[in-house]
Amino acid sequence: MDSDRGYPLGRAAFLGTLAAGVAGIAVTSRFSGAVTSAMNGVANAIPVVNQIAPTSGWRIYAVDPPMPRFDPATYRLRIGGRVAKPVELSLADLAAMPTVEQVSDFHCVTGWTVNQVRWRGVRPQTLIDLVQPAHGIGQVTFKSLEGPYVDGLKPAQLVLPDTLIATHMDGVPLTRAHGAPVRLVIPAMYGYKSVKWVSEIRFDQAESAGYWEQRGYDADAWVGRSNGLG
Amino acid sequence: MASDDPLGRTIRRFTWTERAAHWWLAATVGAMTVTGSVLYFPAFAQLLDRPTAKHLHLWSAIALPVGWLVLTVLGDRRSLGRTLRDADRFDRDDLAWLKGGPRRILDRRGEPPQGRLNAGQKLNLALTLGLLGVLGISGTLLWLGERDTAYRYAGSVHVHDLATLALTFLVCGHLYLALFHPATQGALSGVTHGYVDRDWAREHHAKWVSAEEATDAAAIDRELTSGAAEQALEPAAPAPLGEEFPER
Repeated sequence: MDSDRGYPLGRAAFLGTLAAGVAGIAVTSRFSGAVTSAMNGVANAIPVVNQIAPTSGWRIYAVDPPMPRFDPATYRLRIGGRVAKPVELSLADLAAMPTVEQVSDFHCVTGWTVNQVRWRGVRPQTLIDLVQPAHGIGQVTFKSLEGPYVDGLKPAQLVLPDTLIATHMDGVPLTRAHGAPVRLVIPAMYGYKSVKWVSEIRFDQAESAGYWEQRGYDADAWVGRSNGLG
Repeated sequence: MASDDPLGRTIRRFTWTERAAHWWLAATVGAMTVTGSVLYFPAFAQLLDRPTAKHLHLWSAIALPVGWLVLTVLGDRRSLGRTLRDADRFDRDDLAWLKGGPRRILDRRGEPPQGRLNAGQKLNLALTLGLLGVLGISGTLLWLGERDTAYRYAGSVHVHDLATLALTFLVCGHLYLALFHPATQGALSGVTHGYVDRDWAREHHAKWVSAEEATDAAAIDRELTSGAAEQALEPAAPAPLGEEFPER
């Protein structure tokens, strides 16, 4: 070293930080689940940050905290609106219906992704066959137990092959954070369309804006092709 | 400033260009902090609609380097280069200063003599620039990932979060030292007006002051004198008072 001019530690700190960042992207991409739960653990300890609760790979959002609770004995999934046979399904009724399993990626509009989530639930077509909606349905609306939260799909979106009325995630019943007891899963769209804690499914004639759509988000929230993209 | 200071009680620490670079950084990072919080925290999501917050966030990120580029082209780029060189080089006294570590912040007695930037300030600048680079890279990947899932790395968002957290700690420490800590409060006028108290500088940045005084004494004198001459003209003209009452 040149003893007059000293060591070039400034650029070492700069380049070291950059290198750590790039390596960090590579490493945490591989171990995303562990990193997220560790970070969420830290975040959970900080008052302002703790609305983002832990669970591997996920960030949990609630628009009207705390997250809703339900009584398994009295919970009913109401399916109505412009249908021939409105129903109220108990958890036992739902469990008795034919279920399917699928593995799909979950993309949040804020930038995070959880790959390969294993869902189990009922295909929308099964419920459609049950309630027999009228002609001219413009939107199927999903109301959440979380008071203000509501969103809807167009009929064609509801019957996409991987749209699911889910009751299980990764082999176990949905947890409270993930929308127990029933949630919508539509992998082709950003997560805000996948309404959690569903209490009612309504077949409507008219379209209406969901919770986030009233706040500027796109109704057709296609991953990569909405919310200012494409 | 210089006209108020014929006795040389202050010494110029930062040029206009350096201060502009500092405040441009503060403004754009401040804007990114506010808009980033709207995007990140559900609790703040309703302060601003999401597309607007996102646009402001991205444009602030672009404005930061563009502003610096403009300053480099139009401003006193030699002073920017000098700051980067100062921050790069750590001599033995700097290493000794760092060894004192956090204790040094609480108790400045026995501080090894420091240059214009002390070792902590050098490290702060290097780490801040590094973290901004990391935020730029991870942010670009997040932006690309929304357009093409080939660029979606789960780690981008983690690293963006962690770098933000680290930068937040740095900025909080920086604000505390600049605004509240007794030994470093003297530096504040350097980044607002460009000048700091010469006695304070001698105490905390001894090597810088003696180097300035030894090698650049003549240049400083010239600068102070010419600065005084220029500024003396401005407040000296009472013409508007006369014009206010033309009839009388």
